[in-house]
Order: sequence, then C-alpha cells, then structure tokens
Amino acid sequence: MLGKITDEHTSGNNAPTDSIGFAAETLLPARRRASLFIAYCVALAVSGQLAAAQSAPPVPTAPQARFVVVLDAAHGGDDSGGRLVNNQLEKSFTLALSVRLRSLLTARGIQVVTIRESDVAVEPEKRAEIANHAAAQACLSLHASETGLGIHLFASSLSPIQPTRFAAWKTAQAAWVTRSLALEGVLNSALQHAGMSVTLGRTSLPVVDSMTCPAVAVEIAPEMGPDKKVGAGLDDPDYQARVAAALAAALVEWRSEARQP
Amino acid sequence: MIPRHQKLLFGILLLASLVMSVTLWQLRERAHKRLIAGQDSAPTRAPEVTPAEQATLLVASDSDSSMRTQIHSLPLPADPGSRARAVLGKLLDLYAAPDAAHPVPGGGSSVLQVFLLPVPESGAGAAAVVKPKSGDFRANQTGAAPREQPQSGPQLAVVNLTGSFADSHPSGIETETLTVLSICGTLHANQPRITQVRFLVDGQTRATLAGHADLTRTYLAGDTVPAEGTQP
Repeated sequence: MLGKITDEHTSGNNAPTDSIGFAAETLLPARRRASLFIAYCVALAVSGQLAAAQSAPPVPTAPQARFVVVLDAAHGGDDSGGRLVNNQLEKSFTLALSVRLRSLLTARGIQVVTIRESDVAVEPEKRAEIANHAAAQACLSLHASETGLGIHLFASSLSPIQPTRFAAWKTAQAAWVTRSLALEGVLNSALQHAGMSVTLGRTSLPVVDSMTCPAVAVEIAPEMGPDKKVGAGLDDPDYQARVAAALAAALVEWRSEARQP
Repeated sequence: MIPRHQKLLFGILLLASLVMSVTLWQLRERAHKRLIAGQDSAPTRAPEVTPAEQATLLVASDSDSSMRTQIHSLPLPADPGSRARAVLGKLLDLYAAPDAAHPVPGGGSSVLQVFLLPVPESGAGAAAVVKPKSGDFRANQTGAAPREQPQSGPQLAVVNLTGSFADSHPSGIETETLTVLSICGTLHANQPRITQVRFLVDGQTRATLAGHADLTRTYLAGDTVPAEGTQP
C-alpha cells in the first residue's frame, strides 16, 4: 500500500484524497468501479447510522443499575486498633461486623466489596484505592470503641467543593462530602428507628478523606441503656446483630433513594 | 629488757600519732564549717510568682460527645508560647484527673513545647478545607512556615506532645477527635491570633493520634470555640 502511494506521487496524478476513490479510478474497470462505488456508498450510510446512534442520547434503562457498597473493616494485622471489652481487639470486631453486614447486604441483592476478609494489614492508601476503584455508591469505614455510648457516625471534615477531574489524594472526599452527609443522615434515621443512640460528627480520617464515594465512618460503642448508662456491651451478640441489621436497612434505603429519578 | 632508744622511738611515734589525730580532726571540722558556710552563701532567688489569670478551657466530655467552656484561674507566664503550653497543661491535667469526663492519661507534662509561627501564605494548591458548621474543626493542607515572626496577624501553633501521651491515649474516633478539637479550641480561645494548629509527637510527624485522628494535617482553630455543650 505504501508503495502504491509512493507511485502515485511520483507519477504526478491528481487523484482524490480518498484512498478507495483513488484505487477505483486508476486501477479497476468501469463495471468493477460501479460495484465498488455502490459498496462505498453503503458503507458510508452504515457508518453514518452508527455515528448517529453513538451521538444520540442514551435510552433510559431499567432501574437495575449497579449498586455497590464498600465495607472497610478498620485496622488488621499488626494494627490491632483499640482494646475492647473482654480483651477483644477492635480489628476482630470490625472484621466480624464486616462479614455479617456483607451477608445481609448480599442477601438483599447489593453488591459488596470488602477491604479485607481476614486478619491482614491494609495500608490506608490501599483501602482508599480499593474503594475508589469499586466506584461504590456507599463506603462504610467500620470502627469500634469502648469510649462513649451508642453509635458514632462521622463524615469527613473537609469542606464541600465541586468535583474536578483530578482531585488531591488526601482531600479527594471533598467533592463527595455533600453526599456523605446525606448518607450519614440515612444511617442516623435507620439506627434511631432501631432504637439506638446516635452521635453525629465530623472528623479527619486519612482513609475516608481519600475516598471518592459517599463515605461515613461508623464507630460502635456500648449501647446506651434507658438510664443513660451502659446497656449492652460490644460483646453482646444481640447488640451486634441489631447494629448490623440497622446498617443493612439503612443501605437498602440509600439504594432506593439513589434509584429515584 | 627494752633498750632505751626503743622506748624513746615508741614515745615519739605515739606522740606523732596523737598530733596527727588532732590535726585531722581539726581539718575535718574546718572542712565541714567551710561546706556549711558555702551552702549558706549560695545565691538564691525567690521564685517569681506571676499573678493568676483567667484561662478559658474547652473541656471535652465523652458521655455526650460535647465540649464545654470552663474558666480556670492559673498563673500564666508572659511569653505567648509558654502561656499556651501552660494552658494546655492545665487542660490535660483535667483529663488526667480520676473523675475526668474525658479520661486521658498523661497530664500537663504531656505538652513538651508550643511553638508559635506566623501563618504561612497558602498557595494555589493549598486550598483550605473548611467545615462550615460552627463548633467543628477544620483542616487544610498548607506548606511550611516562614521564619520571621511578625508582631500581628494570625499564628500557627505547633504543639509538640510526648510519645507516651499518644501511646496511652484511648483509641477511638470520638475520643481522639475530642482531644484534638479541645486543644485547638483552647488555644484559640486564649490566644485568638492562633488560627491554625499542627501536631508533633516527640518532635516528629505522626500519622494518627492513637490510630484514628489524622495528625498530619493543619487544623484550623478559628471556629472551634463552640457554644455551651455544642457537639463536635
């Protein structure tokens, strides 16, 4: 082909720039040229239809869009986190909660991405990287503490900004803070509906601040009893089950809100 | 029979021993008196007692995740950095008390130094990330501080904590956030020029206080003074 083009230029032929037209006019007989011209027109028409189809607005699809939740069981490996009741480690508690919550969400048809499935250390940057690659609609960072009472929900303390193409790694959550606060509100409603005491706050967690998804840190503390003293402890299986069920219900509600037009 | 010259030699040695004993006793007494006299003549200064002043402390409470303003009277040095250290020392003393609402071991000695620097001018890529709600702390990414210390304008406080304080701090998002928040708010409440706070632990940057709260950021303390009982 390159040789042909070179011959064309050396012969001084003012052929059309279209390579097919050039080949038809210079090398083929008239009948063959006519059939090729028809095929050329058909190809142009087909390609034009394809281009039109590509530029047309997308056809509305069924509301079965992909809904992904990322569960980040905090700590792991050498980082054991805080020490809870009965010498239980925070890393074990969060992993158990993550596994339980994953089962509940999967049973409800929600796709779940877990940061860790065993007692392994995962760097904060890697956690955020996994969450960001998942393109999730909700990211929960699971923690536990013996300090305070009830459930503590934290959104990032970054101020909301408009999304940009390139976001700084340590402040990537800033473009998602508004959605994170909305997710925090849905979690708060579901947990209070389940009869739990909830504290809302803002904080600066390296993992959450680097996530590009609606992200909330959930810290589970001992349950507040009716006399505002410690009720069920973190080692209470019933309390753990109720917390997981309430979180799952909140994420189902979040999915239904996300699918509303 | 003992010869006479031996008796004479024995008497001389005995006499010499007695004389030496008396001389040593006198030298000891003289040295003792000189030592006592030296201690008495050592220059002594009475400690300077600064008048007690009122300091505003933002004291955290774990029970309701709140911070309440408390006024305490304590002697404060004139130097702003030492003054800030004294105020934070009092705050951490409250947290180390047995009946503290926000128990954190360590006490006032956990604050090694507080350095006050002029706030560096933020560049284009150092946009402040501000949380609009009053009572919350804010964070941004700013560069290093210049060396000169102007007489006015906002200041950056660099709080150098001990490693034992960070190691013994209870682990948890809420408790760590309350500690950071109360330190930032207390500094700003007593020295309004302090608008930004950074943290060091034993002179080094540390990722988190006790596994959660980010200590690599610059916290904006300007709006951290909450109303009574405001939650973080």
